[in-house]
Amino acid sequence: MRPPMRSLSILLTSALAVTLAACSSGSDDTSSGEATDASACAPATGNVELTYTTWIPGIEDVVKLWNDKNPNIQVKVQTGPNGNGGTYANFFNQLKAGNAPDLGHIEYDALPSFRVQDGLTNLAACSEVTAAKDKFVDWTWGQVTFGEENSVYGIPQDTGPMAMFYRKDLFEKNNIALPTTWDEYTAAAEKVKAAGGYITNFSQSDISQFAGLSWQAGGRWFSNDGSKWTVNFQDDNTKKVADYWQNLISKKLVSSVPPWTTEWDNAYNKGNAWTWVSAVWGANSIMSGAPDTSGKWAVAPMPQWTAGGTSAGNWGGSSTAVFKTSKHPYEAAKFALWLNTSDEALTALNKAAQLYPATKSGATLPALTEGVEFYGGQKIYEVFATASTQVAADFAWGPTMTDTYASASDGFKAVVSGTGTLNEALKTAQTKTIDTLKSQSIPVAE
Amino acid sequence: MKNVNRIGPMVVMGAATLYFLVPIWWLLVAASKSRAQFNNTTPLWFADFSLGDNLGELFAYRDGVFLRWMLNSVLYTGGAALIGTVLAAMCGYALAKYRFPGREAIFNVVLSGVLVPATALALPLFLIFSQFEATNTFWSVFLPSLVNPFGVYLARIYATASVPDELLEASRLDGSGEIRTFFTISSKLMFPALVTIFLFHFVAVWNNFLLPLIMLGNERLFPVTLGLYSWNTQVNQIPELRMFVLTGALVSIVPLVIAFLFLQRFWRNGLGSGAIK
Repeated sequence: MRPPMRSLSILLTSALAVTLAACSSGSDDTSSGEATDASACAPATGNVELTYTTWIPGIEDVVKLWNDKNPNIQVKVQTGPNGNGGTYANFFNQLKAGNAPDLGHIEYDALPSFRVQDGLTNLAACSEVTAAKDKFVDWTWGQVTFGEENSVYGIPQDTGPMAMFYRKDLFEKNNIALPTTWDEYTAAAEKVKAAGGYITNFSQSDISQFAGLSWQAGGRWFSNDGSKWTVNFQDDNTKKVADYWQNLISKKLVSSVPPWTTEWDNAYNKGNAWTWVSAVWGANSIMSGAPDTSGKWAVAPMPQWTAGGTSAGNWGGSSTAVFKTSKHPYEAAKFALWLNTSDEALTALNKAAQLYPATKSGATLPALTEGVEFYGGQKIYEVFATASTQVAADFAWGPTMTDTYASASDGFKAVVSGTGTLNEALKTAQTKTIDTLKSQSIPVAE
Repeated sequence: MKNVNRIGPMVVMGAATLYFLVPIWWLLVAASKSRAQFNNTTPLWFADFSLGDNLGELFAYRDGVFLRWMLNSVLYTGGAALIGTVLAAMCGYALAKYRFPGREAIFNVVLSGVLVPATALALPLFLIFSQFEATNTFWSVFLPSLVNPFGVYLARIYATASVPDELLEASRLDGSGEIRTFFTISSKLMFPALVTIFLFHFVAVWNNFLLPLIMLGNERLFPVTLGLYSWNTQVNQIPELRMFVLTGALVSIVPLVIAFLFLQRFWRNGLGSGAIK
């Protein structure tokens, strides 16, 4: 489908890329190959056409801004369902067939799986990329570098810092103090129950929320020492979070409607659930899921484990990664940087898909500093901007998260219907995750 | 006693009908509600009827990409079913009416093709099309959809039963070529079977989801099933899409309903006339 001239130039550059890859892979271990690394990210001569696969609705309009200004680097958008809905599977197929796009949309929790399969280009060789480090909120850089020197496997795009949405009107009417710690949250839950509601809905099948809560508490699920993975869903902090929610579930202080269903929307719309500890994009979920409650919500920082604490969790967020098969990592990185740091792109992304930027300056976009009518005119994004600075940088995801989520979710579903405990479910999920890693020949530290 | 005999089956059929129609009824009702009322009103009865608004919004969303998907589906499905039916008919007819070495072997291979699910072929097809740099094109979905082993099987069975050898000999004596005989005489005799094959093929291609999912990245090439699925995976973060998915799902079954209602007539006529013979 490509014009013959292009095929020829690809052939030539690919021969070049192979030799370069050979050099840089040799220098990975010593990490002293600055010179070869720099040439691995050299600009192409002549015009470049990049392909970019993402599922952000309305992305074409954003990319058009770039294409209009960069006739030499034209970006073609491809789209599809969200990552776990099929696009990640497609990426793996395309990597195998050698026709993966240059750039792909990859959520933070999926990045390690692509890295383990050696599907990503290390952008640390691109000086523009390493120079942009300080533009991003610290923890997002940790997500794309995996906390290692000399590695950047994607450009942070959006984030989901967490805070607490709550029904201000109901809390005031029933004279319940706004909880600032998790202990107060339990106390409030009892009062809410007495007033005929539930303080929140426990997410039984979307484990990412629980991951965000553990992240805040200091739980660390995965680590990699360079050769082996350590899997631990039973560190003290994660245990603490699991015990905490187990208590609320056992006392029936929380409801457990399956998330992202109409039933779930209704629980919020009808005032059965009074708070939701969720990510910044949750603002939009409530707005459209619970339209009758307009003006009644407000946002506060998420409850803390110690009084006066300042830590937050993160739920969701994604990066723009450059695939290993890309012939033009320099141009791809340049586009990804523009897409995720320039004011015009971030404004357009926020407008098109409510993406909350991963850059420090992104928090000051006009759209993110205004009051939101649905939340009684509160400048809710300021709460999330603060939360974003309070997210710990060293939380790492495993290479088989889809699988981990699935087994944890099986356990959690059983818990809300009265079988077992959250910690037992996590233990089982840990065992199953280790089994999966081993079955894929990924080394695990025992 | 006679009544009892009739009541039993009627109850079973009634229950089955209800079972199949309730989801469609729900879809119709849901698609007719405004976003706010969708959450608030009883799911199986109408609130304010705003199907028109929903349709308008759906068709206008993202420059009418939904209409494009519908058109794609009709092209993929209609085209593939039409050509696929002709291919299956010719193949089945040849296997039924001509004697040549290896006939049974070919038929057995085709028959074993019936047992291989289309889903299992999607990934190998992707790798093959990748070799030709032909993924993410109209043809990458259209070409694999053309073949239909079950249609060949059906055509062979029906041709054996409904096309008399004497008739073929008579037409040969009258100087008609084999191809002309097939299109002017045999295909007419096989018509009821062809309608059946067409309908089966139409539904199979319309519902084939995995192949376009794996092959296509260009939104303008999506069939409606893949498009709606893509939207549905984004409902968590873009909740407005839920109403589009519902309304779109309703619209997307319309062509299937039309195909069935329209072709059912031929179908019954054919079966009836076959029975009288």
